[in-house]
Amino acid sequence: MITTALPILVPFVFIIVFLFLRSSRLTQWLSLFGSSILVVVSVYLYSRVTSIGIQVLHVGGWKAPFGISLVIDHLSGIMLLATSVIVLSISVYSFSYIEKQFPFSRFYLFFFALIMGVNGAFITGDIFNLYVWFEVILMSSFVLITLGSKKAQLEGGIKYMALNIFGSLLFLAGLGLLYGQTGTLNMAHLAAILREEQHALQVNPATILFFVAFGIKAAVFPLFFWLPASYHTANITITSLFSGLLTKVGVYALIRVFTLFFVQDQHFWHNLILIIAGLTMLVGGLAATSQYETRKILSYHIISQIGYMIMGLGIFTPLAVAGAIFFMVHNMVAKTNTFLISGVISRLKGTYQLKEVGGLFIQNPLLAILFIIPALSLAGFPPLSGFFAKFILFKSGIENHNYLITAAALLTAMLTLYSMTKIWIEAFLKKQPDGTEANPAQNKLSVFDILPSAILGLISVAMGVFAGNFFGMCLEAANNLINPVLYIETMLQ
Amino acid sequence: MEITLAILIGLLYAVGAYMILRRSILKFIIGIIFLSNATNLLVFISSGIVAGKPVFVKGARIDGPLADPLPQALVLTAIVIGLGIVVFSLALKYKFFSETGTDDLDQLKKTDE
Amino acid sequence: MNSIILQLAEKYIRWIFLIFSVIVLIRGHNQPGGGFIAGLLAGLAIIFKGFAFTPGHVNPKLENRSQILIGAGILAIALSFIPSVLFGQPFMQGSWFIFSLPAIGSVKAGTPFLFDIGVFLAITGVVFMFFFSLTTPK
Repeated sequence: MITTALPILVPFVFIIVFLFLRSSRLTQWLSLFGSSILVVVSVYLYSRVTSIGIQVLHVGGWKAPFGISLVIDHLSGIMLLATSVIVLSISVYSFSYIEKQFPFSRFYLFFFALIMGVNGAFITGDIFNLYVWFEVILMSSFVLITLGSKKAQLEGGIKYMALNIFGSLLFLAGLGLLYGQTGTLNMAHLAAILREEQHALQVNPATILFFVAFGIKAAVFPLFFWLPASYHTANITITSLFSGLLTKVGVYALIRVFTLFFVQDQHFWHNLILIIAGLTMLVGGLAATSQYETRKILSYHIISQIGYMIMGLGIFTPLAVAGAIFFMVHNMVAKTNTFLISGVISRLKGTYQLKEVGGLFIQNPLLAILFIIPALSLAGFPPLSGFFAKFILFKSGIENHNYLITAAALLTAMLTLYSMTKIWIEAFLKKQPDGTEANPAQNKLSVFDILPSAILGLISVAMGVFAGNFFGMCLEAANNLINPVLYIETMLQ
Repeated sequence: MEITLAILIGLLYAVGAYMILRRSILKFIIGIIFLSNATNLLVFISSGIVAGKPVFVKGARIDGPLADPLPQALVLTAIVIGLGIVVFSLALKYKFFSETGTDDLDQLKKTDE
Repeated sequence: MNSIILQLAEKYIRWIFLIFSVIVLIRGHNQPGGGFIAGLLAGLAIIFKGFAFTPGHVNPKLENRSQILIGAGILAIALSFIPSVLFGQPFMQGSWFIFSLPAIGSVKAGTPFLFDIGVFLAITGVVFMFFFSLTTPK
């Protein structure tokens, strides 16, 4: 069905429009329109996946495994849904934050190119095509992160570029080795081949290359240094967008390849993944505690949260993978939301330094409420989404006797709580420090500042209140991942 | 033929690894070029070299193995992507140099604090 | 670079490049060639002045046109998808039309060719963009 390609085609059409359109207010409204269409499309596609089954499109009529196939299964559907929500809120948010510094057309052009890349990575069923979408993401994020050409941005851009290009090259090399061993690039075909035979040793070099490559993209423990060095330099809209989407694509790719076809030698790989998950959590969480700049705290935080998602993959029971998916969606929503709020704070106060701000609770109680929802959600308070995400992961960890990683995760939850409390106390409860003004920029908040956080906050609450329903979705996706017979059959029929 | 290419790939990887460990940003980018060429070659020989045989050419008589077209297509795509990435990183380096006047990676410490 | 030979030959070489790029574009479907290489050739032909003289000799208006060229190219690529959707074929399948023109004879044109033209235009624009981003400091 052609509808399967819509998550790629919709941004593609808008890219064409933005190429011809000159900077104007129209671009912003069009981007809002485009992201609303994406929400509708992803809801429609997910409903098709649940009602009819896995959606497959063989591009150009070339049957799998010869051509490129696009495939939407439950996991892809959930990821598309989450992405479209993030994109919609960022579109609204960009109204007040992209206005002055940037040429509009450039930002919106690469914004949609990034969305196209992310959606493409989620729905492709071809491993080389995945590489191409990763490069689309990489190129557009290069441009976005250096948009504005400030000194710090260029410096952050170079660091971002250096590690990510290296990761892409490793991915490509792994791909070459994998193709040399199996003679196919179609993921379902790869799964069919590699699940039948036990040639673990021949595939292990490719596996380690894939693991390091996706590890760089997902910012796991020894490979995360590009993230805190570059994220805080970009415009806050772009940082929020990246925090919601970029690392999650890496995690998605890890989950996809390690559940689908890298299934040999499971004991070794799952142990390695668990060790890395634990270290990622702890190092990210500890690094966040030493920071006093909101964006840096939140950047280190992204890393510590990546650990939880990888942990779910490492435990590798349906419950744990479902927990990882739940956590991923929860994290995309809540993390983007905290970044959006930190942008609003800096708009009011003119700075991201926590030591120079204060008194926001009295100044703007609504903002305080909007912040406390994602903050408590990230820290794991019931009845918000983070509680259930962590609960599922802890439960699966204890059931599977992975006590050490569960302990590390619990400890990291404390560290998260500490960081969130730090922002809360410093920015909201503390009095305005002497010698600084309450509102130096004289900015008034408009509906475009508040609305995206309100949307995302509501989703966080809804994911907590209707946790049962959402968990059902995740568990179905996880079952289809752990036992991908349906995926393979649908694709190769 | 494969042995020769394998040695060449190893050599390119070694040179690339050496270059990306240098302090200059420009040399880093040159290292990336080496690494990306090594990777392209690695993908190219992944299906084995079938010397002197066509891929799919109209009218060609099939005696013996045909060349696998897929790695060639993959390498073409990878080369195009590599071109884009190298030009972007050069442009970035150029902008960074005209902004700060330094080509030294050790000077890039401001965003890490 | 300051070579008088190159500077004198530049305007002829440019046209040779351009014509050659069109040939490469047309033969690209079944033989070595195609939109990407043709686009590189055409783009290089137009900015060749910048190599023969100084980068400043290249028409600075090209920088703005690069975006339009890329847009036109991607538009052509998008248009090449439409027939497959209209005819109910698998998405992005090529459709071929054979028609006869006076003096040339029967011509075979199809959506893959339109796709190639799109790549050609987009890459030409990309070459301009590369050139200006590497020569003019912003």
